This record gives sequence, structure tokens and C-alpha cells, in this order.
Amino acid sequence: MRLVVIGLLAGFFSALFGVGGGIVVVPLLILMARFDERPAMATSLAAIGVIALVGAVSYGFHGELKPGAAAVVGLPAAFGAVAGATLQQRLASRTLSLGFSALLAVIGVWLLI
Amino acid sequence: MWALVAAGAVGLVAGVLAGLFGVGGGILFVPTLTLVLGLTQIHAEASSLLAILPTAAAGAWQQRRYGNVRWRASLVLALGAIAGVEAGVQIAEALPEHVLRRLFGVLMLAVAAQLAWRTRRKPTYPS
Repeated sequence: MRLVVIGLLAGFFSALFGVGGGIVVVPLLILMARFDERPAMATSLAAIGVIALVGAVSYGFHGELKPGAAAVVGLPAAFGAVAGATLQQRLASRTLSLGFSALLAVIGVWLLI
Repeated sequence: MWALVAAGAVGLVAGVLAGLFGVGGGILFVPTLTLVLGLTQIHAEASSLLAILPTAAAGAWQQRRYGNVRWRASLVLALGAIAGVEAGVQIAEALPEHVLRRLFGVLMLAVAAQLAWRTRRKPTYPS
């Protein structure tokens, strides 16, 4: 049930601000659903894949996709994601939590200015 | 040519952050697509989702090898999120954008503080 609420909030905020659901899902999984950092981040990533698939298909019907441009950023990003996930296993949960907090703080400030 | 290289480089960095922190990378993809590759905002937001697909798939696949992915939970989250998008779109049309940005910015700072506070209090043990 908590997971449904977290999902709803993530979808809600991503529609409002065009930011991905990840920055909402990860802290809520940790703070509300008592996930540890690594499972929270891994599960969030898998959920985002499904959300992006549905979103991309729905935009696709409106003809608003630019597959070439998406590939230019998305393909290097796929390699980066494998590297990032591998790096994550070598870092302490504490480091991940604090790093993620810093990321949120940067986004928060960026939204405010 | 340089625009493509620059966009690819930002994509790589966004991917590392995505894999490291479990986010999609859209927050970097959208500005890259508009500012570097010259897409319109709507095309950029749509294409960002397409770019997130290989990113999230590759990252989740790698995470699966470490046994970190809870598949059932991720499916429930995704279904909830798809429903939440509808509600978000309705509200986004009703409230002025700068108010929304401010609210979300404050929320992000609050969550960052809570997460950092909780981590600080937690006893240190290797995990």
C-alpha cells in the first residue's frame, strides 16, 4: 500500500515538474518503506524504466519523439548507468545517502533560484 | 559535431548519476536536449523518456546481478506513478508554474535535510 502511495507521489511530481520520479521515489522508499539505500535505488531505477516506457509510447503516438537525439544522450548514459551501478556497490550506504542528499539539495536550490 | 560530443558527454555523466543514485537522468537529459541539441521543450521532454529507457534498463540489469532489485515493488511503484501523472497534469494546469517550482524546491531541501539527519544519527556499521 505504501508503495502505491509512493508511486502516486512520484508520478504526480514528475508530471508537475518534468523531473524524473527517481528523486521522489528513492527518499520515500528509504524514509517511508524502510528500504536500505541500495535496494531503494535499484528498485527505483527498475520502476523508472517501466514509467519511461509507458511515457515514451504515449508521446510516440503524438509524434513528439526524436529518436536520434534520444540516442545521442541515452546510449552513452546506458554505459554510464552500468558504471554507476557498479560503483554503487563499492560505496558505503552512508556515503550513498549523504551523496543523494547533496544531489537533492542542489536540485532544491536550482528550483528556488 | 561538437554539439553531439558534448551531448554524449553529458549523457554519460547523467548515466553514472542514474546508476549510482537510482534516478532516471531526465533532469540532465531535458536541458541537454534543448540547449545543446536544440529541441523544443515538448520534444525534449518526450525524447528524454526515450533516453531514460536504455539508461534505466542497463542500470537495473546491472543491479539485478547484485540482487538489489525488488521487482514486485518496482512494478507497484510504476503503476502508482502512471496513475499519479494524471493527477499531476490536472494540478499543473491549475497552478502557476513559479509557485510549483518554489514549493517543490523547498520540499527537496526538506527531504535532503531529513535524509542527511537520519544518516548522521544511524550507527556506523559496514553494510
